[in-house]
Amino acid sequence: MDNYSAVVVEGLRVDRGGHQVLHDLTFGIPTGSITGLLGPSGCGKTTLMRAVVGVQIVAGGAVTVLGKPAGHPSLRNKIGYATQNPATYADLTVRESLRYFAAVLGAPRTDVDRVITEVGLGDHADKLVGRLSGGQRSRASLGVALLGDPKLVVLDEPTVGLDPVLREELWTLFDNLAKRGVTLLVSSHVMDEAARCERLLLMREGRILADETPEELRSQTGQYDLERAFLRLIADSEVPA
Amino acid sequence: MSVAITLATTRRILTQLKHDKRTVVMMLVVPSLLMVLLRYMFNSELAFSRVAPALLGVFPFLIMFLVTSITTLRERTTATLERLMTMPLGKLDLLFGYAIAFGALALLQVALATGISVAWLGLEIAGSLTLLLVIAMLDALLGVALGLLVSAFARTEFQAVQFMPVVVLPQALLCGLFLPREEMGWVLEWLSNILPLSYAVEALNKVTATTDVDGTLLRDLVIVAGSALLALVIGAATLRRRTP
Ligand SMILES: Nc1ncnc2c1ncn2[C@@H]1O[C@H](COP(=O)(O)OP(=O)(O)OP(=O)(O)O)[C@@H](O)[C@H]1O
Ligand SMILES: [Mg+2]
Repeated sequence: MDNYSAVVVEGLRVDRGGHQVLHDLTFGIPTGSITGLLGPSGCGKTTLMRAVVGVQIVAGGAVTVLGKPAGHPSLRNKIGYATQNPATYADLTVRESLRYFAAVLGAPRTDVDRVITEVGLGDHADKLVGRLSGGQRSRASLGVALLGDPKLVVLDEPTVGLDPVLREELWTLFDNLAKRGVTLLVSSHVMDEAARCERLLLMREGRILADETPEELRSQTGQYDLERAFLRLIADSEVPA
Repeated sequence: MSVAITLATTRRILTQLKHDKRTVVMMLVVPSLLMVLLRYMFNSELAFSRVAPALLGVFPFLIMFLVTSITTLRERTTATLERLMTMPLGKLDLLFGYAIAFGALALLQVALATGISVAWLGLEIAGSLTLLLVIAMLDALLGVALGLLVSAFARTEFQAVQFMPVVVLPQALLCGLFLPREEMGWVLEWLSNILPLSYAVEALNKVTATTDVDGTLLRDLVIVAGSALLALVIGAATLRRRTP
């Protein structure tokens, strides 16, 4: 385990619903980087993230997070995790909900206001989460992952359903976190977001197709557009060797 | 376990209820209304006084079972539980958080129903009023604990509601409310002997009828409290940090 990697995954296998959905994954995520996790629907992004935060039963292999096995009790206030389906209480206001999660994390109460501003919900802080729009609700859920002082932030499709302006704001926020040394793992369907990542993990059907920088992906496939590069990679991987 | 996290959880649940005033009013008022209904259904203070103590145990048990099974199921099916399981929250923090919040509500519920029964409906309580409230509270906690437990076996709220006839009705039918337990056939009497609500009702009847606190009463209290604790611990075991 090098100090250089915030997450080390070795030979990870996961079975779900009677099928193997992750097949012998091995990769590392450098500390203080933003890593994009990309791939078609159902390829196993959420499952991989669940394994990293330690809520997924795994069939084999090892996941090491900040030098400890994933799910280790000492990691529980060092990881911020936003699930794909927004996870906050619909019958609480944004502020009340954040206040509860802050208390569970032992984060200072001032964090609540900081996070509300960071996710741009200042005008809706005292609205019930259940009465927010889809994008607002997912930002309320994202806010929970930013509470406290996480060293690793795992975000499952945090920008789905957001307009370009908000997406830009959130990516600036992610950049700032990474500059402070926080490691981010962010899944996305949107390929133009891939360009904002330092590293890309491209997944397909439970395997890693590529683990490289956007630049490497472009030069390897000869496609500037990352979406095309990804399609190219898939096409190449299907050609029998 | 952490006291701070448990209390934060209690506070969160009470805040959720604050935003759902209709549920709170129903929980607090419905048992009292049913007591009034029963009093005039029997049209006799004597007959009412015979069933009232048992009902002061059955109502909180039933209502808390329903409310808890649905709210905890919601926590399991929306991703909030998954998220909490990645945080420094102990399973018992969550369960005790629920138990304290709903226990407090149950206390109000029973205090109201008892107050109305004693003040206006002619119920006489020979023994200690505090003890009566304690027993009713334990009943409510038993409901909370069993509600938590069954929420592990239900996938949908619809299924959770279906557990009521399975878990609550047999206990309510066999607890001695409708027929003295000694008069049931031996199979049913035996069954009634292993159901915790029977002991709660026995204790409630005793506290209403006499002033003395004897060994049977203490045994009943221990059995009800023990069952509630056992259900809570099994409920905790059904909460998993890692899921398939
Ligand atoms: N709760 C579950 N039980 C059984 N199988 C599941 C469960 N959740 C997901 N799967 C299966 O695991 C595989 C990977 O799912 P996963 O949710 O990780 O995909 P994903 O890449 O996150 O997809 P999406 O982009 O649509 O969110 C899928 O084939 C899916 O059918
Ligand atoms: Mg997913």
